[in-house]
Formats: sequence, C-alpha cells, structure tokens
Amino acid sequence: MVEVSTAEAPPARAGDAGGAAAAGRGRDAPVQAWLRFFRSELRLVFGRRRNQALLVVVGLFPLIIGIGLRLGDQGGNSGGPSVAFITQLAGNGVFLSFIGLTLLLILVMPLAVAVVAGDSMAGEAGYGTLRSLLAVPAGRVRLLSVKYATIVIFALVVTFLVAAVALATGAALFPVGPVTLLSGTTVPLADAMLRLVFVSLYVAAAMATLGMIGLALSTLTEHAIGAIAALAIVVVTSEVVDNVPQFAAIHPYLPTHWWNSFDSLLRVPIDTGTLLRGLLSFAVYLLIFGSFTWARFTTADVTS
Amino acid sequence: MTALAVASSGLTKRFRGGQVAVDHIDLAVPRGSVYGFLGPNGSGKTTTIRVLLGLAFPTSGRAELLGEPMPSGAIRVLPRVGSLIEGPAFYPFLTGRDNLVRCDAADRTADPRTAAARIGEALDRVGLLAAAGKRYRHYSLGMKQRLAIAAGLLTPRELIVLDEPTNGLDPQGTREVRGLIRQIAADGITVFVSSHLLAEVEQVCSDVGVMRTGRLVFQGPLEELRATGAARVRVETAEPAAAVAVLERLGLTDPQVAGNEVSAQLAGDQPERICAELVGAGVGVRGLGMVTPSLEDLFVGLTGEGFDIDG
Repeated sequence: MVEVSTAEAPPARAGDAGGAAAAGRGRDAPVQAWLRFFRSELRLVFGRRRNQALLVVVGLFPLIIGIGLRLGDQGGNSGGPSVAFITQLAGNGVFLSFIGLTLLLILVMPLAVAVVAGDSMAGEAGYGTLRSLLAVPAGRVRLLSVKYATIVIFALVVTFLVAAVALATGAALFPVGPVTLLSGTTVPLADAMLRLVFVSLYVAAAMATLGMIGLALSTLTEHAIGAIAALAIVVVTSEVVDNVPQFAAIHPYLPTHWWNSFDSLLRVPIDTGTLLRGLLSFAVYLLIFGSFTWARFTTADVTS
Repeated sequence: MTALAVASSGLTKRFRGGQVAVDHIDLAVPRGSVYGFLGPNGSGKTTTIRVLLGLAFPTSGRAELLGEPMPSGAIRVLPRVGSLIEGPAFYPFLTGRDNLVRCDAADRTADPRTAAARIGEALDRVGLLAAAGKRYRHYSLGMKQRLAIAAGLLTPRELIVLDEPTNGLDPQGTREVRGLIRQIAADGITVFVSSHLLAEVEQVCSDVGVMRTGRLVFQGPLEELRATGAARVRVETAEPAAAVAVLERLGLTDPQVAGNEVSAQLAGDQPERICAELVGAGVGVRGLGMVTPSLEDLFVGLTGEGFDIDG
C-alpha cells in the first residue's frame, strides 16, 4: 500500500476543503490525520459502555482481594491463599499491588485485553464497518496501526488501574512504610513506588503482546466472540502447560511463561537476566503475530 | 483525465472454492452519467463493486476508478469516491452523527476544522438532521440507507458508488433515494448505482450495464437497450393459420399463435401494409396492433426468468 501525501493530490482536489487543509497542515498532515483517527478509535473503545463496565469490574477485583485478605488477617491468618507476597502484606500494604497483579494476571486481565483485542477487527467485520472504513479509505496498514495502538493503550489502562486500586486499597487497610524487598533489602517507599511503576510497565508489555495475538485472531473472523474465546483458550492452555513439569522443555517458549517475572524488579540487585528474557519473549511474539497480521490483512479479500 | 469514471478490462474474480463470481467484464462508465448496474441477486454485482473499490483483489484483469488503477491506487483515488457497499454498515451503539464523525476521522484527507459543518450539511442533505442524535440502532431501514448515503457525501466527490441503495425500502423510501440520486447527479457527480430491479432505477439512469451470472450481457445508454427491443405485430383473426401464411410470405419471423391471436416480429414493414396484405389475401382481421416490449421484458430477456440458477 502506497502512502501518498494529500498535498500531492491531483488538481481536481486542490480547491476543496480537504486538499486545502492538507496543504495548510503541510508535512505533519499524515501524522495529524493518524492522531485524529487514533483519538476516534480511543473514543470508540473507551466510550463504549461494555468496555467501561469491564474496567469497573477489573478495578473492583483488587478492592475485593484487599478486603478479603484484611479479614483473613484479623481472623488469625489460618487458612489464607498461598500467593506470592502474601506474607509481606501484613507488614506493608504496598504489597497488595503485587498480589493484585499476580492474581489478576491469571485470567481477569488477559480476559479484559482479549475482549478489546478480539473485538478490534472482528467487531468491525461483524458490523460491516470494516468495508466502509476501507472504502473511506482508512488504509489497511493504517487501520491495523490505529487498532493496535488502541489495544496497547487499553493494556496500559487495565494494568495501571489494577496497580493503582490495589495500592490505594493496600494503603487504606494495611500499614505503609519502607518496603522490604524479596531479597531482604529494605528500600524507601519512593523507591518501591518507582519499582511498582516499572512492574506495571512490564505487565502492560505482557498484556500488549497478548493483545497482538488477539489482533491476529481478530483478523481471521467476523465473530468477535470467536476471537475473544480463542485468545482466552490460548492463555489458559499456555498456563496449564506451564504448570506441567513434564513439559519443562517448552515452558520458556509459552506466551504466558514470563508474565510473573516482574518479581525480578523486587530484588536488589534487579534480576535483569530474567527480565530481559521475558521482554525478548514478548518481542518475538509481537514480531511473529505482527507480521502474520500484516501479511494476512493486506492481502485478504474483505467479504464481510 | 480520462472520459471514464469506471473502467475495467477482462476483470475476473474467482473465489477460493473455484466459483467464478465475475467473469471477464469490461465496464465503461462515462463521467457524468448515472450508470445503472443491473442484474439479479447473485449475478456478481456486489463482488464487482468490492473489487472496484479495492476490498477484494481481482483474480485477473484490470480495473480503473477515475483513471487510477485499482486496487493499487486506492489511497489516491478513494477520497474522491463516496460509496455504499452491500447495505448500510454503522456502529449500532453510536448516534447517526457520531457514526459520520467516525467515518470522517478515518479519512486522512478530510479537514477536522470543517468536519462539524460538513457532517451537518451531509445530514441535512439526506434529511436526517432531526434524527442525528438518535442511536443508529433505533433507525428505520430507510434512515439507515440515507445515513449511508450521507457518509458518501462527507467530502466533495467525483464518483458515488451505491450498491442496492433501495434494497428493502418501501415505495416512499425508494422515491427518496431516487430523488437523492437525481440531486447528486445534478451536481455533476458520476453515480454508479446497482439494483436487482430495473424499475427502481430506470427513471434516473442514463446508462446501464446488465449482469447475468458474472457476465456483462449488455452495456450502453438506456436508449440503446430500449432500441434492442424489436416491435412485434399482433393480429386478431378467426383464421390464424391463413394469417401466419401471409405474415411468413411478407418475410416476418418468429410467428406465434395463441388462440385467435397471431403475432410475429416486425421487420421494417409498416403495420398498415401488413393489414392491407391480410385483407387482400382474404383473411378476416378483427384487430391489428404493434407491441413494443417494455424495458422490464428486455431486462428479464437478458437476465433470464426467476430461479434461473445456472452458475
């Protein structure tokens, strides 16, 4: 697909509003037009009640987990769940954000990302708006880029929402102070907050990678629910296989294997080796599914 | 600048299953015309339109829109082409206006500063200004079709492609759409409109192309299609056998007898002379007249009667 600046549009368009505007905006015109399309996509995704409800539900989880753990704590801490960081929580509410991320990474957050990513192209195909958008013309590569950028933003919003609600809940229900990390080192609260930001970014990268797999699945169907379910199955299957020791050889290659490696950031010194291997795994998945999506969508007939 | 708004040569689309939906069609749509793209359901109209607009890729052959090759020139030429493909398609949870805002935002050539004014104008043109704040989900079918046409009018166009814009509409809705097509054409915009019903578009078309099972079986000005319908002479008589003999002697072809009625293809002979010859031969003539086939008859002749599924 050839990108052509509208400033070079044929003379027939020179007099009309679009051509004149493009000429007035000059070289930045394609960028500004992309941003306008991107904002429209963000409004579509975040303005939709279904997605807003989804975010509210996801945001409620850390609150419920926090209250549950606080009640369990008061009852003598006899039969609480065995989750990482659980022993640290009683001493410091900050750990609720790490607990929240760990627990919700199992299904709730991937499912939320799956809804938006699986719906991205399949939803448009289902409504028939895909053919309208392409006839506008939105441009196939441009449409994919806008769709994926929106999925990335959604992944960031989901992750930071969970971290923020968990942090606020933890701070309200448990003591807060200097944080003793997994390596036994105690760091100031500000240092721990910075680590939480990096943990969230790492988890968001994991979710954004999952979103690319979802986008790929989404180009294969015009039934959004099919793409959403398929992505959920990918996540669950990967997690099951990751927990079967006999499959240890393939564990590092599973899409979900490195998601919990964010705990590498909670050590002094930071376990950069594990962290980088996780990021490399995300990059490889992005590349594979990104290329697949591009190759398929730029050559496929749109029949919806 | 070429004189053709839409041109194709040998355009063919074969689906993966092997079915040939569009079979070597050579379209020639003159600029400024209202081109009726006709044919029964399943004759390949929508597939042709999808290929012309770059949604589907042709198996072989070439297509051009406003002089630009498709699909490679899609980004350059499509901003000048408004389209409605296979029925209106919008987000049910957005209002009519928000749906148009969305369409406009996707267009890299549209000026955001004039968006609100252009969208208002397009809504006004199709008579949807009052319903602009209603969710699309609550629109009637006619309103949906009109919103789709409004989407095609958001920016100045040179060509409007409307695929079955009257599909499913009541007679009033059909008239409204015809009125819109007339207005658009009056602005000098070429209109390419498909329909499975000749009657719905014949009043507005200057040119027609007729599809039958993937092939273009007729293309040209509407008058040319009308002229292909040879007139027949119809004789009412008590002696049909004798009348047929006279008509055949005069060189008329395809004689048909139905009770007391005889008809034959007229070949330049004046009906007056035929009457005189019949009377001269002693055939009693009770009535004599000329029958010109209606456009509808010609159309059905080209496309086949109903349920004629041979592809």
